[in-house]
Amino acid sequence: MQNSSEPKKYKNSFLNWIEYRLPIVSYIEKEYGDYPMPKNCNYFWSFGALASIILVILIVSGIFLAMNYTPHTDMAFNSVERIMRDVSYGWLLRYLHSNGAAFFFIVVYIHMLRSMYYGSYKYPRELNWILGVFIFLLMMATSFLGYVLPWGQMSYWGATVITNLFSAIPLIGEGLKTWILGDYTVGNATLNRFFALHYVLPFVILGVVGLHVAAVHVHGSNNPAGIDIKSKDDTVKFFPYMLVKDTFMVCVFGVVISAIIFFGPNLMAEVDNYIPADPLVTPSHIVANWYLAPFYAILRAIPDKLGGVILMFGAIAILFILPWLDSSKTRSCNYRPIYKWFMMLFFVNFFVLGYVGMMPAEGIYLLIARIGLVYYFAFFLIITPLIGKYEKPGHLPASIRDVYIDGKNY
Amino acid sequence: MEKIIKMKILRALILTLSFIIPISSFAAGNSDQKIPKHEWSFTGLTGTFDKSAIQRGYKVYREVCSGCHSMNLLYYRDLIDIGFSEDQIKAIASDYTVIDGPNDEGEMFERSAKPADRFVSPYANDQEARISNNGSYPPDLSVIVKARKNGADYLYNLLLGYDEPPQGFELSEGMYYNKWYEGHQIAMAQPLDDEYVDYDDGTENTLPQLAEDVVTFLAWSAEPELEVRKNMGIKVILFFLITGLLFYLMKVRLWKDVS
Repeated sequence: MQNSSEPKKYKNSFLNWIEYRLPIVSYIEKEYGDYPMPKNCNYFWSFGALASIILVILIVSGIFLAMNYTPHTDMAFNSVERIMRDVSYGWLLRYLHSNGAAFFFIVVYIHMLRSMYYGSYKYPRELNWILGVFIFLLMMATSFLGYVLPWGQMSYWGATVITNLFSAIPLIGEGLKTWILGDYTVGNATLNRFFALHYVLPFVILGVVGLHVAAVHVHGSNNPAGIDIKSKDDTVKFFPYMLVKDTFMVCVFGVVISAIIFFGPNLMAEVDNYIPADPLVTPSHIVANWYLAPFYAILRAIPDKLGGVILMFGAIAILFILPWLDSSKTRSCNYRPIYKWFMMLFFVNFFVLGYVGMMPAEGIYLLIARIGLVYYFAFFLIITPLIGKYEKPGHLPASIRDVYIDGKNY
Repeated sequence: MEKIIKMKILRALILTLSFIIPISSFAAGNSDQKIPKHEWSFTGLTGTFDKSAIQRGYKVYREVCSGCHSMNLLYYRDLIDIGFSEDQIKAIASDYTVIDGPNDEGEMFERSAKPADRFVSPYANDQEARISNNGSYPPDLSVIVKARKNGADYLYNLLLGYDEPPQGFELSEGMYYNKWYEGHQIAMAQPLDDEYVDYDDGTENTLPQLAEDVVTFLAWSAEPELEVRKNMGIKVILFFLITGLLFYLMKVRLWKDVS
């Protein structure tokens, strides 16, 4: 079938035929075969691959769930329970999906913290970081929408609390809230549109992930030393060196997530969500999903509603400009003796914010949330720009290969 | 060099813990009395349901709880999982009446329930349920074990938790004192006591035994997939462990020559 004048790049004539018409074979070969990875990358560099695998699992399990789900206020709760009881392996689909979402956040958080610690967001990967923050934002929206679908008590009241935030916006707030809900309160119109959006947003995420991966492949991956690739001696090919490492990590991750899915599938769920939604009964305290809790803590730390909303969205928005807030040219915190400790404190602070976000907003929890909030913003707006100016960075190694041979791959 | 790194990791760890420990100890001191743990056959990695206990528990539900509490996620056919035969299920279902229709004449009619019917509810609607129970709604019990903190342990202790109110405790009209209910005032009168239900298999019908059996039944109804789930979990984890080990060995071998 192949024209004799066509180039014969590969042994297989079918591949040659495809390649001549759509050069996808050489693309895969270049990006997933020969793609150079710095030798010294540690296992933190596997979390991007893990995240994309989880995304695919979520989309596939979600499609099968959608085939059995009914987005109607009278039937949603029972249809989810029907999936759990009567659909073949429906419980597996649902537990995979709900716990998978939680693990998606865990993995993405680690991926983001890795990026921050080793300065992966800096020149020339700023756009890559921005796309990543955009993915994170989409993930938050999607998980919130998905949490509403089982139509339990926490679904209903979570939706009520979060959509109420929009009414804090001056002038257009109330109108905007009604427009989002499709009604004056959370109701059937809301559930229907949330289902439609929850179905479509993951595909948007998938698209942005495509851009995110394409962008990182332009300048190549960062590495623990944070220095540029200078020669071929600094790198290994993705196949098989990184693929083997990534697959090992997938297995480790598989053990962890299976332990949860099969032996404690409701550990990360709120018991109230097994009570059907009841607009007349308010749960004693409405909690956010734990993976959104740090931002929920920030929201509640401010006594003023509008102020809380601004700070909560500000806490995410500030991530977009991180590459320009950081004045240091040194990427990796391994060579930043002072900033490193503020970075560690930032991680701890983020966990603490998450913890108090799950607790009632009163007494000591409120106080801790306020201290945490101050550090969160101070870290980005004061500490990061200032330390970069005055800190004396450590001596950078000559090449990635030197770092690798010394065994300093952390 | 390595020693310095270890020191640094240790310091980071101590820093982290110094943040977490005071908070968690505070939280522990703040919470209500801890619910005592009961020994269940279905907890743990390889826990399974005791079928005779579920059957006894179903008898308790049928003779006592079902007077007020619906279980509308269950079908009579589901009872096959806990060891009833098809004929037994047909006989159980036929004790109940459901409204069906309309028939060819356009009339609704009553018929006895079939295995494919849902558990028949004690009340026609929520309003009837409330008016019959002093304004309180008896919750559906299908997934109650998943819908309460500490699930089975909580329900077991709740059933045993009825007591005289302590001195100075103001009990509202028509309410009962229960040690484990939030606020200690519950609208449900003590539902079970010694010898309330007679067992066919000669098991002693003490209150703790009745409570244990009915909670076992409720745990099954909330998670009928539990045994299949745990069984599959062990296989899946083994798969990942073995595959992971192979890939780790492959990684070590492959990277040995990288320099």
